[in-house]
Amino acid sequence: MKIVVCIKQVPDSAAKVVVENGKVSWGDAPLVINPWDEYAVEAALQQKEALGGTVTAISIGGEGAKEAIKHALAMGADDAILVNDPALAGMDTQAASQTLAAAIDKIGGVEMAFFGRQAIDGDAGLVPSQSARLLGWPALTLAAVIKVDGGNVRVERAIEEGRQIVAAKLPAVFSLVKDFGEPRYPSFMGIRKAARAEIPSWTLADLALAAPAPVIAWPELMNPPSREVTCEIIGGGSPEEIAGRLADKILAEKVL
Amino acid sequence: MDFDLSPEHRMTQKMVRDFAAKEVAPVIKEFDRRQEPIPWMLPRMGALGILGICFPLRYGGQGMDYLSLGLACEELEAVDSALRVAMSVHVGLCAATVFQWGTEEQKREFLVPLARGEKYGCGAFTEPGMGSDVAAMQSHARRDGSDYILNGEKMWISLAGLADFALVTARTDPHPGRQVDGLSSFLVDLHSPGVTRGDLHGKLGVRAGSTGWLHFQDVRLPKRNLIGEEGEGFKVTMSAFDNGRYTVGSGATGLIRACLEASVRYAAARPAFGKPIAERQLIQEKIARMAQDYEIARLLYWQVGWLKNQGKRSTLQTSYCKKFATEASFEAANQALQIHGAYGFSDEYDVERYLRNARGAVIYEGSSEIQALIQAGYALGERRDKPLRCELPAYDAAAWHKESQAG
Repeated sequence: MKIVVCIKQVPDSAAKVVVENGKVSWGDAPLVINPWDEYAVEAALQQKEALGGTVTAISIGGEGAKEAIKHALAMGADDAILVNDPALAGMDTQAASQTLAAAIDKIGGVEMAFFGRQAIDGDAGLVPSQSARLLGWPALTLAAVIKVDGGNVRVERAIEEGRQIVAAKLPAVFSLVKDFGEPRYPSFMGIRKAARAEIPSWTLADLALAAPAPVIAWPELMNPPSREVTCEIIGGGSPEEIAGRLADKILAEKVL
Repeated sequence: MDFDLSPEHRMTQKMVRDFAAKEVAPVIKEFDRRQEPIPWMLPRMGALGILGICFPLRYGGQGMDYLSLGLACEELEAVDSALRVAMSVHVGLCAATVFQWGTEEQKREFLVPLARGEKYGCGAFTEPGMGSDVAAMQSHARRDGSDYILNGEKMWISLAGLADFALVTARTDPHPGRQVDGLSSFLVDLHSPGVTRGDLHGKLGVRAGSTGWLHFQDVRLPKRNLIGEEGEGFKVTMSAFDNGRYTVGSGATGLIRACLEASVRYAAARPAFGKPIAERQLIQEKIARMAQDYEIARLLYWQVGWLKNQGKRSTLQTSYCKKFATEASFEAANQALQIHGAYGFSDEYDVERYLRNARGAVIYEGSSEIQALIQAGYALGERRDKPLRCELPAYDAAAWHKESQAG
């Protein structure tokens, strides 16, 4: 079983992201693997452990994106590919999907492609579905449970209304949610392997792709307006009394 | 000189940091309040390889270097001292000492299960009537054929209630020429007949850590449990302290960082007289001191990690590292509490726990006073490193990553 996991490097979730001079800045906060993608790596590794085969991590980015790739390798991915091309700077989700689909195609024989449900920087959540469309594969998004049986797969999707069970034939694209289960930590052996790994770089030319023209432009970036928050402690002699006062205030403020 | 951490080091930091933050930070307050060790802490650290981080693969370890040990200790103690204390006694006092002084057979028999985290180790030197004065210990082991019979009591032993093995130093010669020559060290199986043990409660800090006493009543020790030769116990014990103190110093560095981060967070959010207290110079002075001390402490332990990797003795540098970092961590916690004001005095925030946890390390594994004597001894030329029969092996990546001895 050839398994691919697509990962993105993003600013640490603890970073304070602001707009400075029209550009997004996260200061000197470290770049890490997109936290949702860790679930995707975990799912990929579990499928490999259950079915045999290999897990290849793919990422798009500059040399710096190798840190995220190394995290996936340290968790247990067998190898990795970085698609590094200056023409991809400022790409939108469609360009990312075209690139990833072409890379998956080039690897050849891939039966499962895993993604995190979204990246915590752009937060679009479109790349899994767009990649599936380009590959012509079913998009099994928001997967919480994945069961493969021969060439078929059954997925429990974690959706707002509850769980939805869908079935499809492989190959397929999967996007992962937290309900799948905690991703493992890198092992020390994995860390050593990842630190020494030579990660091949592919360009758009290697993928026989023309530089994709973005269909989405970001004409202006701005910080969200700062919110004035005031805190009031409601006192009272008993929980009932405090709850009563709170209810009155909520009604007076027309929150309800 | 290269101050950059390697990718391996950075990934090690992140892995240990994520473990401590995800699994321990959410529950530590509760266990600290109840004065109970977290029951899954040691098994989890064992499963993740942290308990065998700096030993060769062929001895069941993870093949990382000694700097990785320090980095792990920093990350662990940034969440709670109890995690780092486990490293100090299991890795520092016990396993590293077997690695340094043990024979090949002893490493295979004892180091392998310790490094794999299948067995837990501790170090037992302190007694009810002695601490710093190692040569004054009363526990004794007399020869009986090829065995030894151990009697005595050890106190203030971390992991006493949980460990499978203790490295115990005891008197084997009641009338030696020099007091220090009559001691020998043994790796004692704590499940042996004649061993009783218990926990001590009511400690000021490290309340989620296990601390206790060990009592030995005619405990029979086969000769293969003697670590080093008979009469080498003082040297073995001092080597154990070199390793343990490194973990204490690197851990205390993490505690300074925790105080700094908590203070920065709180000072930026808390207003007084119309603006955040972070903009007040008297608060900035405290924060600057923590930031500076964190940097100094980190450089000191990185230096020790580097020396250990080279296979060089680091008794003096370890003493600087341990004394500076533990004293600075107590001061950082004290000032962090001050910055937090009344909230700092409450266990709603972490800083009161940091203060309680920091205090012990200024005493244990060689008090600040003992460290000052060591440092003065070197400065005055009264003390210098003599070669040991067994030095701590230098880090050798190629050899440490081989699964077996052969090849």
